[in-house]
Amino acid sequence: MNKTILILKHEFLHMVKTKSFIIMTLALPVLVLIAMAILSFIQGIEKPLVPSDVISIGYIDEVGGFSGYTEQPGEPTVTLMGYNTPEEATSALLAGEISQYFIIPSDYVATGEIIRYTLERELEPPGKIQWALKSFLLSNLLEGQTSPEVIERTKAPMGLVSIRLDETGQVATDQGGFGALMVPLVVGFLLIISIFSSSGSLLQGLGEEKENRVMEILLSSVSARQLITGKVLGLGAAGLVQVVIWLLSAVFLVRWISTTIGGFISTIQIPDNFLVLGIVYFVLVYLFFAVLMASIGAIGANARDSQQLSMLLILPAWIPLWGLFFFLNNPDHVVSRIFTMIPVTAPLMVFVRLGTSGIPTWELVLSISVLIAGIIGGLVLAAKVFRTFVLMYGKRPRLGEIIRCLREA
Amino acid sequence: MPAVELNNICKSYNDNLVVNNVSFTVAQGEIFGLIGPNGAGKTTTIRMMMDITKPDSGGISILGESLNEATKNRVGYLPEERGLYRKVRVLETLVYLASLKGLGVRAARSRAEELLKRVDMLPHKEKKVEELSRGMGQIIQFLVTLIHDPQLLVLDEPFAGLDPVNTKLLKEMILELRNQGKAIILSTHMMNEVEALCDRILMINKGCTVLYGELAEIKSRYRNNSVFLEFGGVLGDIGGVVGKKEHGDYVELFLDKETPPQKILRQLASRGVSVNRFEVSTPSLNEIFLQVVEKGR
Repeated sequence: MNKTILILKHEFLHMVKTKSFIIMTLALPVLVLIAMAILSFIQGIEKPLVPSDVISIGYIDEVGGFSGYTEQPGEPTVTLMGYNTPEEATSALLAGEISQYFIIPSDYVATGEIIRYTLERELEPPGKIQWALKSFLLSNLLEGQTSPEVIERTKAPMGLVSIRLDETGQVATDQGGFGALMVPLVVGFLLIISIFSSSGSLLQGLGEEKENRVMEILLSSVSARQLITGKVLGLGAAGLVQVVIWLLSAVFLVRWISTTIGGFISTIQIPDNFLVLGIVYFVLVYLFFAVLMASIGAIGANARDSQQLSMLLILPAWIPLWGLFFFLNNPDHVVSRIFTMIPVTAPLMVFVRLGTSGIPTWELVLSISVLIAGIIGGLVLAAKVFRTFVLMYGKRPRLGEIIRCLREA
Repeated sequence: MPAVELNNICKSYNDNLVVNNVSFTVAQGEIFGLIGPNGAGKTTTIRMMMDITKPDSGGISILGESLNEATKNRVGYLPEERGLYRKVRVLETLVYLASLKGLGVRAARSRAEELLKRVDMLPHKEKKVEELSRGMGQIIQFLVTLIHDPQLLVLDEPFAGLDPVNTKLLKEMILELRNQGKAIILSTHMMNEVEALCDRILMINKGCTVLYGELAEIKSRYRNNSVFLEFGGVLGDIGGVVGKKEHGDYVELFLDKETPPQKILRQLASRGVSVNRFEVSTPSLNEIFLQVVEKGR
């Protein structure tokens, strides 16, 4: 059997048999399932409204005229009970008849200030209480001045429905929004994790072989090119298996959950080219990182040293995550486009843009071309660096030595 | 056809010439000693032979051709800097590394078990390498070197760190391999082992060849023309002896250049001196090594 294939097979089997790989590959879809089951369960237990969910709130009206509309519908129902003095309201609060009370001061119309009293220690008044008070005040302020329907509309003036049309003027199948962002963003994130996991294994393997001194035995049996190729492809194949399992389970889970649970989850969309792009970017970015990691593995004095050096590659890959809010709001900005073209940042950036505005085909082609060029260039340099430095034990070559080696290459 | 032929190979790192015009041949069925002080260029020379490092100039022929994938499968290499996959089991390690030398998995497994049995380590085959003692690990590494039945074995410091029992075992196996017609290159600092095993040697110092040839011929070249004598009776003056050194129960007689040892023996016999031991002194390889290295400083 071809020696490259032997190394590929050995690395692949060695990787897929490790506990961490099995747990990581299978646990992720299972965790998503469990999370969704919990969400479904919580939704189920939230639905029924029992009488004890009626909240009683006291108030003292120093302005006068805030006496109508004391029942505020919603979940839970809020009942407002008027008191004449703060002392009466405090007694009711301490007796547990009301959960809180507020004072509408005589200058309320001029200042808008409302004073609230409660026994609870809280960061800020709960949203449902604020909504109930606002509804109560609006209802009473506008009473008699307009129709009840207008009063209700004033409380919630807009339910914005945004519809995206395609180039032909028809309603587009991909409506965008958070539902469309969800899957690409999560998958882009997982893609990076898998790429780092696979290329990190390559780095660690090389570091250990160098540290264990197995490297010299291997190089007396196979060429440096066969060794790197076998390792890169073997670990890459294991990573690809992981990514394909994740991608397929993402498609399956999203479809299944959206039909069984509904709600926000039912708005989650999967882009058409999602599977193909996921696999293409995994393979290319992995190869790009792998050839560079092979060089780092050769340069590092030992496995730990190599891991530290690899941070120079790993940290820039997270740039799209650091500036996520900017990129989400400006997916077509020139900075976003540049990061789509840089091999290190491309995988995350592509999926962020895929989930927001989409990416023109020419940009995808350019991004993939840059990646391929990076892989070829990296391979030439990596082979030279690997051969020169891999048997240098115990010390890291100086920068000058590496530059000289690259120049000669 | 020699098993190894090196012609004027040179290698430098950062303008530092570490191997300078080294040439030698190794025949089939020969144990060849590659010796020299630390940093002399032995390991670099071996790595060039193994195609791990490329020479700057010069030619290398292994088993009649330049080292390629096919010839790599016929060479076994035990590097000085050695180790194995610590977390992998002994048998799996042997089978994987043998398969990289072109052996099929089934054949590799059978050969591995045969060799493990030979060194009484078959019960350890399912152990992880990290569970073995250092000496056992080295024996496994030696088995890796010969599992694919190579025609040429290159052993860099094979006895380093071994106890006397394992050293003896390894020496026996090396001699067996030589008797099977394998060519063996032995690079070591242990001069007594070189003397016991090698037919010819190459000594390099500071990258240059300083000694090359038959071990016996080199030793005779460095003989200081003296004899060890253990005797009874009165010695008196002996013609051709220019000096005498007492060593307790025997003396060392230094002869002039023209006097062969046989002439001294004849004189002793004619005088009726009772000779209990008469030995032509030969310098040990260690002494020659020290002498050559000191001279090179």
